[in-house]
Amino acid sequence: MRTTTSRPADAPRTSTVVAALLRKELRVELRSFEAVPAMSLFSVTTFVLFHFALQRNALSGELASGVLWVTLLFAAVLGINRLFVADAEQGGFDGFLLSPAGRSALLYSKALTLLAYLIVLELVAVPGFALLLLQPALWPALPGLLAVLALGDLGIVVIGTLVGALAVRTSVRDLLGPMVSLPLLVPVLLCAARASSPVLASARAGALPLRWLLTLALYDLVFGLITFAVFDFLLED
Amino acid sequence: MAVATTTTVQTCATLPHRLRSSRQRRPAARAGAAHPSAGRATLAALELRGLTRRYGERLALADVSVSVEDGQTLAVLGPNGAGKTTLLRLLATLLRPHAGEVSVLGHRLPEDGWAVRGRIGLLGHDPLLYRELSARENLQLYAALHGVAGDRVELLLRSVAMERRAQEPLRTLSRGMVQRVAVCRALLHDPELLLLDEPRANLDPAASELVEPLIGRESGRTRVIVSHDPVGAVAEADLVLGLVRGRVRVLATPAELDPESLVELYR
Repeated sequence: MRTTTSRPADAPRTSTVVAALLRKELRVELRSFEAVPAMSLFSVTTFVLFHFALQRNALSGELASGVLWVTLLFAAVLGINRLFVADAEQGGFDGFLLSPAGRSALLYSKALTLLAYLIVLELVAVPGFALLLLQPALWPALPGLLAVLALGDLGIVVIGTLVGALAVRTSVRDLLGPMVSLPLLVPVLLCAARASSPVLASARAGALPLRWLLTLALYDLVFGLITFAVFDFLLED
Repeated sequence: MAVATTTTVQTCATLPHRLRSSRQRRPAARAGAAHPSAGRATLAALELRGLTRRYGERLALADVSVSVEDGQTLAVLGPNGAGKTTLLRLLATLLRPHAGEVSVLGHRLPEDGWAVRGRIGLLGHDPLLYRELSARENLQLYAALHGVAGDRVELLLRSVAMERRAQEPLRTLSRGMVQRVAVCRALLHDPELLLLDEPRANLDPAASELVEPLIGRESGRTRVIVSHDPVGAVAEADLVLGLVRGRVRVLATPAELDPESLVELYR
């Protein structure tokens, strides 16, 4: 059955559209520097503030893991809030909706854009965290931490893209974005912090707790499916 | 040098013809497999019956009925807040009607919106272009969204004399130049229906002349023009629709039109 979001047979291929949209996103960000520098600067500043607030030079285990993930999550919310702003303010949304391109292409391109933002953020934030606050050496913990970061990023990406699309068409998007995304991101925070605390322990990097990783993966999957199912309808009037 | 100049002039002179002839080839191809419900196509390019649209409690359009034949031009006039832009956005599938029937290019909206997207060109208040991207980059993006070959981007940029500034970010261009690029964006996919909201806004006389073959009557497309220049709009219309607070006050051909009724629209 055709729906209002179906597309004609001569519509361009989704992969072509995703590539074009992603190219646009990265060009706009590289020229405006609106999202990623703010996210990175926020994370480093927060680590410095934690350094003074906790009055400790070195963190490990659960505390280190909590500080890292809370900082990454708040920095990610900055990116989520900016994700659709250029499209909403400069008419790109309408331009896209007027085209015969499949609506899911916008979802994929926005998800990939947010993932790119998060990767750059973590390239700055994780070494910064290791330098300013982390007690154990980063290198032994890195393989395990990368696995948790990958699953955590996936959760942030699917929830962030959903919430970004939901909030951008409202007049209170700056408020609605964090208010909706943060509660939805609590399970991601919980699982990611629990999963990464053994690898950031002071003794030696412990094994990854599989239970928390699987829970995180399941949460990512459920929200990925929800986002895929409702995204088209969020774009409609 | 003189030969090169002559060639450039000849190329520019033939551009409108090349752009038109590419459009004339497309509808036949489109009527086939690309649009399965094309069999339901009617003669009227636009058919509105009792169209109503609200924003919350406020009525933006109330019981609007009008029919526009293929290739005709409908001029929509009225004071600020009359519902002109809402009407264009409804026809562009960007808004849903709350009551009444809307048929665009033979397809009912909003059910068959998918079938007419990509066959409509919207030129509104916003250029729908990214300020950080150049004119060429913006048009290449829209070419990818519509599945249009990249050489049409260059053809259109030349037709509005923007090829020399095509590499510069849009934020550095004048509003008139941005409007010329917006004209290219609206025509990139060779639409059968043009929805034009003050299309010559910010354009100087020379630029207006440049875009005339593309969006004017000689483009041969079905057009809906929203304008605050009643004289100019009526001059290029086959049918005039006057709205006041979302309701139809005038619906007549230019020949039948009582000039006094136009004046009444703005009182």
